[in-house]
Amino acid sequence: MAHAAHTDNDVHSDRPSIFNPWRWLNSTNHKDIGTMYLIFAIVAGLVGGGMSGLMRWELMEPGIQVFNGGMWGDAHNYNVVITMHGLIMIFFMVMPALIGGFGNWFVPIMIGAPDMAFPRMNNISFWLMPASLALGVLSTFVPGTGSGNGFGGSWVLYPPLSTSGHPGPAMDLLILSLHIAGISSILGSINFITTILNMRAPGMTMFKMPLFVWAIFYTVWLLVLSLPVLAGALTMLLTDRNFGTGFFDPAQGGDPVMFQHLFWFFGHPEVYILILPGFGIVSQIISTFSKKPVFGYLGMVFAMGMIGFVGFIVWAHHMFTVGMDVNLKAYFVAATMVIAVPTGIKIFSWIATMWGGSIRFSVPMMWAIGFIFVFTIGGVTGVALANSSFDVIVHDTYYVVAHFHYTMSLGAVFTIFAGFYYWLPKMSGYKYNSFLGTVHFWLTFIGVNTVFFPQHFLGLQGMPRRYVDYAEVFAYFNKISTIGYVITAVGVLVFLLMLLECFIMKRKAGNNPWGDGADTLEWTLSSPPPFHQFSEPPVFEDKGGH
Amino acid sequence: MASKTKIALIAGFAPLAMFGMAFAGVPLYKLFCEKTGYNGTTSIAKDAASEVLSRQIKIRFDANIMPNVPWRFTPEQSEVSLRLGENGLAFYRVTNTSDHPITAVANYNVTPHKAAIYFQKLECFCFKNQTLAAGETREMPVIFYVDPRLASDEKTKEISQVTLSYTFFEVPKQTVELQTGPS
Repeated sequence: MAHAAHTDNDVHSDRPSIFNPWRWLNSTNHKDIGTMYLIFAIVAGLVGGGMSGLMRWELMEPGIQVFNGGMWGDAHNYNVVITMHGLIMIFFMVMPALIGGFGNWFVPIMIGAPDMAFPRMNNISFWLMPASLALGVLSTFVPGTGSGNGFGGSWVLYPPLSTSGHPGPAMDLLILSLHIAGISSILGSINFITTILNMRAPGMTMFKMPLFVWAIFYTVWLLVLSLPVLAGALTMLLTDRNFGTGFFDPAQGGDPVMFQHLFWFFGHPEVYILILPGFGIVSQIISTFSKKPVFGYLGMVFAMGMIGFVGFIVWAHHMFTVGMDVNLKAYFVAATMVIAVPTGIKIFSWIATMWGGSIRFSVPMMWAIGFIFVFTIGGVTGVALANSSFDVIVHDTYYVVAHFHYTMSLGAVFTIFAGFYYWLPKMSGYKYNSFLGTVHFWLTFIGVNTVFFPQHFLGLQGMPRRYVDYAEVFAYFNKISTIGYVITAVGVLVFLLMLLECFIMKRKAGNNPWGDGADTLEWTLSSPPPFHQFSEPPVFEDKGGH
Repeated sequence: MASKTKIALIAGFAPLAMFGMAFAGVPLYKLFCEKTGYNGTTSIAKDAASEVLSRQIKIRFDANIMPNVPWRFTPEQSEVSLRLGENGLAFYRVTNTSDHPITAVANYNVTPHKAAIYFQKLECFCFKNQTLAAGETREMPVIFYVDPRLASDEKTKEISQVTLSYTFFEVPKQTVELQTGPS
């Protein structure tokens, strides 16, 4: 598809030493900032993953073993851990990895631009994130409820638990943390929009952009339209808590349910923000390792657009239990099910891309196919949950937990690893050990399925979410689930080992380690790419692909 | 202006507009609830119904208090039967069991929620804050009727009984002072 006739491979450029702190603190280089985002995401992912370890440890057996008032605290601290697990994984792991990390690294390169449109704004977008994470972590060490530290009201932050339920400063810190994360994402989004609309190389029309760039383009529009609504809801929470307003306080004429509407007006687009960039990555990888252009390029572009648009008008399916009019429920059921159509278009187009292709089961390809597998399971339970009659039964049970972990923890995370294994040789310049990557994939694939598949059964049996303890009848599948966590954790260790091995062995990757199928612009550059690329725009030749 | 600045300004306007929309949502949501009866929001009527049907409907009364309000709050009657369109009068008895005056306001809804739009209140103690002195007991009236259109609406015509529910919330002191001036 894409082919650059002219590139400048100035490998011996003015790249500063990686030990120079100013290179990172004052960085305006999209590749350095992308690298920082990826490292940030790995660190946050290890923290958030460690928190899920605490939860699985606690839930391995009925009764309270870990959060029993000892060093890990009591049941309130369990709730703090589930809250922070959710927030960290969403805001500090998946979003920085997919949008900040891969987006920063490859959107400018793929469209033939020398850098992002506003490199200094890019710098502040990144450096707001550690500040935000620090405030979030700090919140767990200051009083939340009267007696316990931290906010334990889950990532949805519903009042009255987040207003009168947690009078301490923990919730205020968390609000500030999310405000800062939101500002960071909005600034980053404006940067991406301007870059994609304004800095494409000559010949790179919108409908010749790689699907990953389209995915990021839709994602950042979802961000600028939905995040400010969360910011508004958080501001109302803040003034309700500290300045005597009553947006969510019935005593002052407010309505706590309105928070749920505002939150999910943000929250539903947010789940597409987490998965759309992954869709883009998977499209690139499937095409590369099938040695075929993506099947139905235009259909893929418009399917992502439709998912993004419909994502804004289905929010109340998260709150079928608040007592909605039956007609309103019918609307949200139908609108939610409509999302299965563009999603199905994408799944079938990926399969059709592989059909008749010359498939190579490299490590990124395995992650991408694994993604299609787990995301389809998550999609099927999603269609089931869209039915309000069924949703009311399993609302707030482990069935829902299993559903969104199949789409997010398995789906989105698989795309992150797929992208990481796909682009690691390009970003680092070194080949990794495929055997270790393969072991990592199989351990993770078996592990996470063992964690989450039994949770469907637990949910159908009626096990509620967000409790530190459970009835004896749920013991069997909980134990299996925890065993799955251990397998996954070993997989994470293999991942770290793979990284270590890759950077110790320093096997040169060359410009294009993947061969003919990899035809986007990043593969025309050296590995790692020059510190500044495309100072003269590449001439983009369309070979009539797609 | 450079075209990239122009694009950034347009893209930057979107989040500002959406942030404003979040706040505009507050009055809009209230309006939406009142117009559609969403969330069981009842209607406020100025005049009695224009017609009275022979069909009967049963109205049940429910009273709740937030745990932190030291009041006793009970309906004087558990239910009444009325004809559609006929004015009904019901009383609630409320007692302040504490040793200091307390201001509270009652929130209300009607279940089934879909009937709420036809539940018309002419007079209600819930329209304003209620202040009870220490130990005071008061009888509070509500005058209402059920709109006869309930019988002709496909969605609601099978309804034979509705429940009117109140919950008293304490109004914080600052809010009382904001509304009435410092005492």
